[in-house]
Amino acid sequence: MSREDYEVVIGLEVHAELSTKTKIFCSCPTEFGGEPNTHCCPICMAMPGTLPVLNEKVVEYAVKAGLATNCEISRDSKNDRKNYFYPDLPKAYQISQFDKPLCENGYIEIEDKNEQKKKIRLTRIHIEEDAGKLNHDDFGGGSLVDLNRAGVPLIEIVSEPDISSSDEAEKYLRKLKSILEYIEVSDCKMQEGSFRADVNVSIRKKGEKKLGTRTEMKNMNSFRSIVRGIEYEIDRQIDVIESGGKIEQETLRWDDVSGKTFSMRDKEDAQDYRYFPEPDLVAIRLTEEYIANVKSSLPELPESRKQRYLDKYKLTEREAKLITASKYLSNLFEETVLKTNNPKAACNWILSDISRILNEKEIEPNEIPFTSDNLAELIKLIEKGTISSAIAKKVIEELFENPKEPSKIIEEKGWIQISDEGAIKEIVLKILETNPQSVQDYKGGKDKAIGFLVGQAMKQTKGKANPQMLNKLFIEEINKM
Amino acid sequence: MEIYELTVHELLEKLDKKEITKKEILTSFQNRIKEKEKDVQAFITITDKQAEEQLEEIEKENITTRLAGLPIGIKDNICTKGVKTTCASRMLENFISPYDATVMEKINDEKMVSLGKLNMDEFAMGGSTEHSYFKKTKNPWNLNKVPGGSSGGSAAAVAAGLVPWALGSDTGGSVRQPASFCGVVGLKPTYGLISRYGLVAFASSLDQIGTLTKDVEDAAILLNVIAGHDEKDTTSATREKIDYTKVLNKGVKGLRIGIPKEYFGDGINKEVKEAINKVIKQYQDMGAIVEECSLDVADYALATYYIIACAEASSNLGRFDGIRYGYRTKEFSNLKELYKNSRSEGFGEEVKRRIILGTYVLSSGYYDAYYKKAQQVRTLVKNEFEKNFKKYDVILSPTAPNVAFDLASKIDNPLEMYLADVCTVPVNIAGLPAISIPCGVNSEGMPIGFQLIGNHFEEATILNVAHAYEQERKFRQNYKPEFKK
Repeated sequence: MSREDYEVVIGLEVHAELSTKTKIFCSCPTEFGGEPNTHCCPICMAMPGTLPVLNEKVVEYAVKAGLATNCEISRDSKNDRKNYFYPDLPKAYQISQFDKPLCENGYIEIEDKNEQKKKIRLTRIHIEEDAGKLNHDDFGGGSLVDLNRAGVPLIEIVSEPDISSSDEAEKYLRKLKSILEYIEVSDCKMQEGSFRADVNVSIRKKGEKKLGTRTEMKNMNSFRSIVRGIEYEIDRQIDVIESGGKIEQETLRWDDVSGKTFSMRDKEDAQDYRYFPEPDLVAIRLTEEYIANVKSSLPELPESRKQRYLDKYKLTEREAKLITASKYLSNLFEETVLKTNNPKAACNWILSDISRILNEKEIEPNEIPFTSDNLAELIKLIEKGTISSAIAKKVIEELFENPKEPSKIIEEKGWIQISDEGAIKEIVLKILETNPQSVQDYKGGKDKAIGFLVGQAMKQTKGKANPQMLNKLFIEEINKM
Repeated sequence: MEIYELTVHELLEKLDKKEITKKEILTSFQNRIKEKEKDVQAFITITDKQAEEQLEEIEKENITTRLAGLPIGIKDNICTKGVKTTCASRMLENFISPYDATVMEKINDEKMVSLGKLNMDEFAMGGSTEHSYFKKTKNPWNLNKVPGGSSGGSAAAVAAGLVPWALGSDTGGSVRQPASFCGVVGLKPTYGLISRYGLVAFASSLDQIGTLTKDVEDAAILLNVIAGHDEKDTTSATREKIDYTKVLNKGVKGLRIGIPKEYFGDGINKEVKEAINKVIKQYQDMGAIVEECSLDVADYALATYYIIACAEASSNLGRFDGIRYGYRTKEFSNLKELYKNSRSEGFGEEVKRRIILGTYVLSSGYYDAYYKKAQQVRTLVKNEFEKNFKKYDVILSPTAPNVAFDLASKIDNPLEMYLADVCTVPVNIAGLPAISIPCGVNSEGMPIGFQLIGNHFEEATILNVAHAYEQERKFRQNYKPEFKK
């Protein structure tokens, strides 16, 4: 049997760090980085006798996330303790939520491979605290605990197993990420681990009702690895079944370098987390008024922005969709339009060169190092004829490497367009002299020959000559001949 | 009377009249510690020298707040910045808290001076203070007897005059039972009246800091200092501040007292019953209305208590893992061994017993049968008290089924030890306030205590009722600990 005979079932658990200023149970900063163990206090270091106090912003952010993903918000929720021992977990329990999460029964809409709308249901969104980090000690050979991250607030977003391909998984994650960015509850920086996913994959023969045994890949933090991991896991599971084996329910580690998953044997002796209600915290009771207030504070969501781009900026459906997929791209677009009044150009630059470079560099839009000011200036420089689009492409590349004003870049690099008619005429005559064949061709009716000649001229001037002028002068000069 | 025999309000009167100085008070307790601590063994850490320096500072700065310079003793599970907080455990033998508990901040704001940290059962688990890693505290009335527990060091120190008063903690009777055993007053306030921030957690939903004092008025004074909402403890209540010293002379005429019949069953010692009957008679003579009542789920309270307390303890004590602070084994070759050996070697038998029990009742497959069921019974216990408080202002019972027992007599029989909590535990389950007041001695000369239980946040009521009795039956003036050997 082949891959077509199997159906893939994927469920995702996403952990997103909330961008509150302070931690979930104490007033330490949540800021990423910092010298180890400097964003800590007796509470997040679990000194004896300390008690947690729930940060109200965390509840607000989680409720926002719930409302933006069509969840029901629980009026009566609580915290629970999840008990296990690990050096990065100072209390030996994580304060999380077990049977009464803040948000339940939501959904997110994506497009399946036939571009049909598909709802991915969300089981729940709950709040919990992040653990610290273990660093390998290069000097002593042991491990060192850094508790800066301990107590940073997280929401865990659990999907139903409604996802049926790696492509849908990626779309779901991108959509979710974009929503969280739009409502400004998480900065979703995947490299920093503030948006990471546990991926559950199982397969079953088509038509089979019963779900297959699933495996779980934990803490995946790039779209590329997630897609590759899922693909690998599907193939591996099919191989196991086809060769008469059985899938073990286990936690796997995805290794990006080898492109394989590995069993994490040690953690597998069936953890019993002994959940019970957190006695140090009171129940979370939300009033209708509170929920209504949070709802009214939600910013414009991608769907509505998209519509606005169609109506006001006359973007195509595809363009509007691509730009609004990321809040950062969308903001860059809107700001640039505001400064240039040229939505078409802004859209083109963002969707062509900028998106291509993001892909090549494998970075996220929020990591774009330059500002809308820079992009706006670049567009104006083209409009004014100071640079050609060819040069502009080079400027964009440069903006990613060494962000500064485009006018400075072209000045430093000597990329200012040659628009002086005398100078261009000189180049044109020189090119015509060395390319008599093209002159013949053009005269013989081959209009394309002009393109070749302009190309030659651009090559000689390293792209600096004004292409419209070249075009005009070539035609004029040949006609004189 | 010697200075160390006086109550704090008596000391304050003498200070007001300039009959004594603060320095004389401190010196009197220092000398008493020198004389008696070797017999009683109430302290884990003595800080009388620091207290002396603090007093000098206070006098130099001419600080005149009412309680400034007065000594106090602190149970060793309350975090004190700069002074070891051991919880009487090998696990925290050298642990110094980086911060002060909220109650310590309040004590420090008053400029009171601590004479030291008092012995207890390890992590407050036990009823005899024999489960301390460091030493066995003796009962000042008879040095062959236990002082009770877990706040045994606090109760013994107050009874022996080593400190004028002390802070303890009460999870299932740990303030009231040792108070009863040592012939002092022990107050366990309503859950939520005192901040738990800085009290090393045993069972978070039951723990409450309480006071051990020579009489009821002192309990009121100390309660004034430590009560109040704390934003660091979200389970602490926001309530209007009451001056508890102003509620003590209201009398008991017409007051309704319920006597739960279940508290006078076979498990209760005959002499204790007799003493309590005399208390009842006394209240009737003073004009109170006394009636028998029923608390029939009380039978299940003890089992419920041990399930909930152990479950929470098993989680609360997880942080003592040898990673960041506290005891770490020398014998380990991997992480699992580091955990296992540190905890095996760092905790005593009773603590390990409760961690294992608590882990068991929370584990999957057993949770519903034990922990969930216990929480349901807890609700029933609360309801039953609520029903009774519709009819009665206070409920009166023995504090403990018997007087202080011989050292080592129950150490190998945990169940028998747990039964000593039978009268006090329901109060913690329901989160109510209760006070133990001495009411006589048995034929061996060991103190007997009775317990008054009030409705939520009715500290004023139980203090007043206790005070009324105390005014009539002057236990302290009639009996003194004899340090019998």
